[in-house]
Amino acid sequence: MIKLSINGMLLKVDEGTTILEAAKKLNFRIPTLCHHDDLCVAGNCRVCVVEQLGGKSLLSACATPVSEGMQILTNSLKVRSARKHVIELLLSEHNADCTKCYKNGKCELQDLSNEFCVGDHLLLDLINIKDYTIDRFSPSIQKDDSKCIRCQRCVRTCEQLQGVNALTVAHKGEHQKISTFEDLSMAEVICTNCGQCVNRCPTGALVERTYLDEVWDAILDPSKHVVVQTAPAVRVGLGEELGLEPGQRVTGRMVSALKRLGFDSVLDTDFTADLTIMEEGTELLTRLKQALVDKDPTVALPMTTSCSPGWIKFIEHAFPEYLSNVSTCKSPQQMFGALAKTYYAQVRKIDPKDVVSVSIMPCTAKKYEANRPEMRSSGYKDVDYVLTTRELARMIKQAGVDFNKLNEDKYDSIMGASSGAAVIFGATGGVMEAALRTAYELITGREVPFEGLNITPVRGMEGVRQASVLLEDCKEEWSFLNGVELKCAVAHGLVNARALMDGVKSGEINVHFIEVMACPGGCLGGGGQPIPTNEKIRKKRTEAIYAEDMSMEIRKSHENPEVVGIYKEFLGEPLGHKSHELLHTHYTRRARY
Amino acid sequence: MSDKHVKRVDLIFEKVECRDVIEEIMKMDPDAICQKVLESDLKGRGGAGFPTGLKWRYTFQEKEPVKYIVCNADEGEPGTFKDREILDQVPEKVFCGMAIAGRAVGAKNGYVYLRGEYKFMIPKLNAQLDTFHKMMDEFNHNFRIHIRLGSGAYICGEESALFESIEGKRGEPRNKPPYPTASGLFGKPTTINNVETLVHTVMIMLYGASHFKELGTKDSRGSKVFSVSGDTPKAGIFELELGMSVDEFVDEFGDGDTKAVQVGGASGFCVPRKKFDETIIGFEGVPTGGSMKLFNSTRSMYNVLHNYLDFFTEESCGQCTPCRVGCQQLLKGVEAVKRGDKNSKYLDELVKLAKTMKRASKCGLGQSVGNAFGSIVENFKEEIIY
Repeated sequence: MIKLSINGMLLKVDEGTTILEAAKKLNFRIPTLCHHDDLCVAGNCRVCVVEQLGGKSLLSACATPVSEGMQILTNSLKVRSARKHVIELLLSEHNADCTKCYKNGKCELQDLSNEFCVGDHLLLDLINIKDYTIDRFSPSIQKDDSKCIRCQRCVRTCEQLQGVNALTVAHKGEHQKISTFEDLSMAEVICTNCGQCVNRCPTGALVERTYLDEVWDAILDPSKHVVVQTAPAVRVGLGEELGLEPGQRVTGRMVSALKRLGFDSVLDTDFTADLTIMEEGTELLTRLKQALVDKDPTVALPMTTSCSPGWIKFIEHAFPEYLSNVSTCKSPQQMFGALAKTYYAQVRKIDPKDVVSVSIMPCTAKKYEANRPEMRSSGYKDVDYVLTTRELARMIKQAGVDFNKLNEDKYDSIMGASSGAAVIFGATGGVMEAALRTAYELITGREVPFEGLNITPVRGMEGVRQASVLLEDCKEEWSFLNGVELKCAVAHGLVNARALMDGVKSGEINVHFIEVMACPGGCLGGGGQPIPTNEKIRKKRTEAIYAEDMSMEIRKSHENPEVVGIYKEFLGEPLGHKSHELLHTHYTRRARY
Repeated sequence: MSDKHVKRVDLIFEKVECRDVIEEIMKMDPDAICQKVLESDLKGRGGAGFPTGLKWRYTFQEKEPVKYIVCNADEGEPGTFKDREILDQVPEKVFCGMAIAGRAVGAKNGYVYLRGEYKFMIPKLNAQLDTFHKMMDEFNHNFRIHIRLGSGAYICGEESALFESIEGKRGEPRNKPPYPTASGLFGKPTTINNVETLVHTVMIMLYGASHFKELGTKDSRGSKVFSVSGDTPKAGIFELELGMSVDEFVDEFGDGDTKAVQVGGASGFCVPRKKFDETIIGFEGVPTGGSMKLFNSTRSMYNVLHNYLDFFTEESCGQCTPCRVGCQQLLKGVEAVKRGDKNSKYLDELVKLAKTMKRASKCGLGQSVGNAFGSIVENFKEEIIY
């Protein structure tokens, strides 16, 4: 233990504790900008400087570990003067068009300048806004360097959490900026559109491309029939954006709010999540049969999931030689879109050209996915607009809906029925668990041998996890699987996905089925989720997801009545002709930069 | 005028038999080597003046089996050109110094981080290195030196940015602690010394600590190689005793019309004529990495300051706010005062800002911008304003 004093108050903390953490224990909040709980220490914004009695220079609280006998002042004259200077300096090179900014009211720099009353600052304005153009080429992420404060959170996110390195620091001194390979637009580089950088940007430099106005226009156009789908993870995040504590489940209130916003039909991505399990599960078993019975050497195993568009873009860039291993299933969002303008329109007797399909996602990569040229199998753009959890909260506020006083409502039908298996798609390991619940039962006729259907070995926050299930006493048509140990691996965060794929490549990891989610924690930690997102909050949302699963009557995808129904009425059978046409896709090899 | 004369010294460039030194140190206990350097009171010749023996001992005391010696030859301070001459004339002494340090701290590998513009020296250094490595083998000293070339960034002379650069990363200073002696190059305990410091250690091993201490003052022992430039009839490289006053220095090197001396380059201090007498060149007064620039009355100190600020604005690595934006504010600020867009009181605001930069910047670069700025603005205010 290290003894020190902060503002005259004595305390003991563990060795290696930073001054920032030690001060927190005494309820002193030291302001930070470049610091983020998920990322390594940078110590470059210098807004957290504190004074050490007897020291020549100030110390950055986030980067300096405590030492024995330290006497720290967090609010001395020197500290206040330096801190104010730092904020003024940042503002002097910042495009401070706050009232017009997308992040107005949600900007950490704005909060700090408000706290320190720098309105009357004396320094010169260094920024010439005419020198900047906003990069709006990506359908997911908008980058505005004139708002950038060079805290490098985005760079560290892209490197340490995602292992993508699309964003990096270029040039030095006054010309230093956060840039991409050859300064290309975000649409032209290896960026996976995961939006983890957007989730961590303290200012308005990196924000999602917003489609709020387009959605409002569609809702308010009487000739349009607007359907909305909501992803599993949105229901455990939305509350945070509307003033609730992390970890609250707001499914019913969200449905109620969506109806009040004027959507013609409020439906659930969970429905197509269950459908994904049917298609993807069948695909896996088909591949296993080809490998084990037909001894086909060309069959690509391990098979990986395809729900996460960030993962898809990543594997297209980084491991294009493994594209045939990726399940051909579209993501639940895109399955939904394709069915909204075919099956749904047919049943509801609406001309599909009048259907506008909107999805609410915890994700920015979904915006890119919806714009892929191959995602038009209904004959129209399958998903017209994708909004993030944050954008939905903004719509709710714009419409003046008092969210927290709403009664709970139920999803519309058809395509609104869900299962617990679909809900857990929102957490890392969830797709794997849902697939196992169904596949095991399909093969053996029995429920998975885990208490309460909870397959805990695939849950958790470890970056890469492996688990296996022994298949015994299989049904007759699956007897070739008797005695097979079905092995699977789960990764979340692309840096872990890369490690997993490297392991597959080297032969170290030998499994049948792989689930990858691009974002840490899975979709509940997605780039479109409320800010801040960090480990603590991800854990809360995870707990909420599993609680939601437990609260569902139906907990297995193949028992979702609407899923049973759609195969009977429309699709025929999993991997059938119609499924192939509407629910499956292909991938594109992309450059490695 | 003082009647003392500046003492010329010839230690650094003196040709010596490195073989004898290596033979001697191979017989010595590593801790004894550290002790001998410590006794000499040798302080780092790059400008910061950290006691060399202490640095060695800290590295020696680290338990980690892999350690490194780095020779900082990224001589980039404006007006400094002595390391180039040392490497050109006595490279074997530099390598020898690294071998001594390697023996003292227990390192098997050393790196010379050479300024990008000194690329032309590489063939000669490599040839010298072959001879050196053969000698290492002869004495069973398992120590190898590798040369790495910088790419022209001033910041890479900062020790931790230099490590990043050798590691193949963007040259940006790290947070301290940990200090290099605990976690330096490749995260291993590292001793990083200036070229001249390493040569001094050779001479200390050869002639003893007390011989080294005969020169200089209590706080600044020994001699130092100076790079003299500016308005002087005698521009060049001179090894002089530390502890002289600026007055004595100007007596020797001035052109009779010297109004200011910039001691320590862009990151050093500007000494005006009225303070020549009272200012000691050394760690008790104004320290220097070697750069001594003389200005006579034909020079506009506004231009001098502008030049330095321009330099820092470009050469800041850009990662920390006080340095990246502060430099630009100081530069644009003095321009605004000169133009009359801001009144002279604005200079006081800038001096306060420079103080914040000194206190809150992440590394030595940002922390030292205020030195030149403060001393020039304080002493030549009217030249900045009018």
